[in-house]
Amino acid sequence: MENWKNSARTFWTVIVPPTFWLVTFFIIPLSLIWLYSFSSKTGVVDITLDWNLQQYMRALEPLYLGIFWKSIWMAAATTAICLVVSFPVAIAIVFSKPTMRMWLLLLVILPFWTNLLIRTYALIAVLRTNGFINSGLEWIVTHADWALSFIGLGDNTIIGPFTPLQLLYNNTAVIFGLVYVSLPFMVLPLYAALDRLDRSYLEASLDLGAGHTRTFFTIVVPLALPGIASGIVITFIPAMGSYLTPDLLGGTDSYMIANVIASQFKQANNWPFGAALSFLLMYATFFALALRAVLMRKEGRGDKR
Amino acid sequence: MSLFRRNPDPIGPLDYARRFWLRAIVTLTLFFLYAPILGLIAFSFNDSRRNVVWRGFTTDYYVKFFNNEGLMIAFGNSLTIALMTTVVSTILGALTAYVLWRYRFPGKAVYEGGMALPIVIPEICMGVAMMVFFARIGWPTGLPWPFNLGSITIAHIAFAFPFAAIVIRARLENFNRELAECARDLGANEYRVFRDIVVPHMKPGLIAGALLAFTLSLDDFVITFFTAGPETVTFPVKIYSMVRFSVTPEVNAASTVLILLTLVVTTIALWLQNRNNMIGKSAH
Repeated sequence: MENWKNSARTFWTVIVPPTFWLVTFFIIPLSLIWLYSFSSKTGVVDITLDWNLQQYMRALEPLYLGIFWKSIWMAAATTAICLVVSFPVAIAIVFSKPTMRMWLLLLVILPFWTNLLIRTYALIAVLRTNGFINSGLEWIVTHADWALSFIGLGDNTIIGPFTPLQLLYNNTAVIFGLVYVSLPFMVLPLYAALDRLDRSYLEASLDLGAGHTRTFFTIVVPLALPGIASGIVITFIPAMGSYLTPDLLGGTDSYMIANVIASQFKQANNWPFGAALSFLLMYATFFALALRAVLMRKEGRGDKR
Repeated sequence: MSLFRRNPDPIGPLDYARRFWLRAIVTLTLFFLYAPILGLIAFSFNDSRRNVVWRGFTTDYYVKFFNNEGLMIAFGNSLTIALMTTVVSTILGALTAYVLWRYRFPGKAVYEGGMALPIVIPEICMGVAMMVFFARIGWPTGLPWPFNLGSITIAHIAFAFPFAAIVIRARLENFNRELAECARDLGANEYRVFRDIVVPHMKPGLIAGALLAFTLSLDDFVITFFTAGPETVTFPVKIYSMVRFSVTPEVNAASTVLILLTLVVTTIALWLQNRNNMIGKSAH
C-alpha cells in the first residue's frame, strides 16, 4: 500500500465521489434524525431543536421499555432456537463428503436470495386459519373420526369437530417467522467455525473413552465458541430490528421496536420520538457488534498460541 | 440423496453426516426452509382461488399478472431503479474498493467503518432517516417518470454500493501489485494503468458487485417503503399491499416471478465467479 501523498491527485479523484455519496445520502440523513431525537414537537409539523432529553426519557416509560424488552426477548428466543437447530445441521455439513457439503451449503444459503417479504408471505399461507397446517390437521381429524365410526365411536364422540388453530397473528408466529428467515445466519458462522476445528482433538477425546455427548460439550463447544458467539450476534441483530415479520405475522400485542419506530414516523407523526427510538436501536446494534469484535479478537489471540 | 442408500462400510466415529439423527434433522430443516416457498410456487399454478386444495394446473394467474397494469408499472419501476442503482453502485463501489486497496491515509479505519455503516445499521433506521431527509430538503414530488424514482434510487445506491465495494475489494486483494509497477515503469500514466491493468483484473469483481447491487435493489422493501411517495410504487411495495389483504394466487404468481428473477441473476453471478476461480486456478 502506498501513501496517499505519492499521487494526491488520483487519490482525491477516486475518493471524492463515494465519500460524497456516503456523506450526503447517508451520514447527513442519520445526523438529521440524531438532531431530531433531541428536539421537541411544537406543532403538527413544527419541530424545534432545543437539545432536550425528553424524547429519550419518554422511551424509558414502562410501555416503551416493555416493547424494548419484548424485542430483546423475541430476538433472544429466535437466536436460541436457531442455535439448537443449526448446530446439528452445521455438524452434518462439516462431516459430509466434499460434493455433498457444497450442495448442502448451497441449499442453506439459497433462501437468502429469496425476497424476505415473499418468504414471510409464504409463511402466512402455511399458518393462516385455512392454511396448509390447519388443512392438514382438519384432514387428519375428519379421517380419524371416520375411521373411529367403524367401532361406534364416530360423530365426534372422541375427537371433536375440528376447530382451526390460531397460528397466525401472535408472538409464536413472529418467532416462527424470525427463525425461518434467520436460520442461515446461524448455520454459516457455525459451519465456518466447525470447519476450522482440528479433528484430531475429537478423535483423541473419543479414543480416551468420552462419549459423543461429552466430546461435544467439552471439546467441540469450547473450541467453536468464537463461531458460536459470532453466529449469535449475527442472528440477534437483524432479529431485534426486524420490521416486516412482526408486521405481517404478529398480532396487536407483538409489536417490536421497529414497528413502534415506523408508527411514530407514519401514523403517530411524532418524528422526534421515533428518531430517539431509532437511535436507541442503533446503539443496541453497535453494542452487539462491539461485543462480537471483542470476541473475535480473543479468537485471533487464541490462534497465535 | 443418499439418505436411504445402504453404505456397506460401518459408520466411523466421526462420520456424523451418516448418523440417522443428524440426517433426520438436516432433512427436516431443509423441509422447513423450502416447503413454504415451494408451496407458494406450486399454488401459483393451482386452478382454484382457495389456494389450499389442488384443483389442476393453470397459468391463468400469470396471464392475469402480466395484464395487471398496476403490477406491471410497479415491476417496471423496480427494474428501472435496480438498473440505475446497479450502474452507480458499481462505479462508486469500485472507487471505494480501489482507494481502500491502494492507499494508506490518516483516518482509514474510521473511513472503513463509515463505509460499513449502511450494511450494519437496522434497515428501519436507514428507512426513516431517508424519509426525513427527503422531506426536510423538500425533494420535489410529482415529477414525470423516471425522475419520480430519484429518491428511491438515491437511497438504494446509498446502501448497495458499500456491498459492491466489499465484493470488488475481495477481488483486488489477489492482484499482483508488481504488474501495475511494471506498467508504470514502461511509461503508462496513472489513468492507463487503471484502465488497462487494474480494471481488467477487477472485472469479475465488478460483475459480481453489479449483480449483488441489482438483487439488493430489486428485493428491498423496508427502505423503499419509507422513501417512496404515494405515487411511486415498486414491485415489493405493491406485493406488500396485496399481501396485507389476503393470500391469493395472483400474489403467488407475482412472487414466483420475483423469485425466479433473483435466482437467475444470482446463479449467473455464482457461475461467473466459479468460472473465474477455475481460470485463475488453471493459470497457476
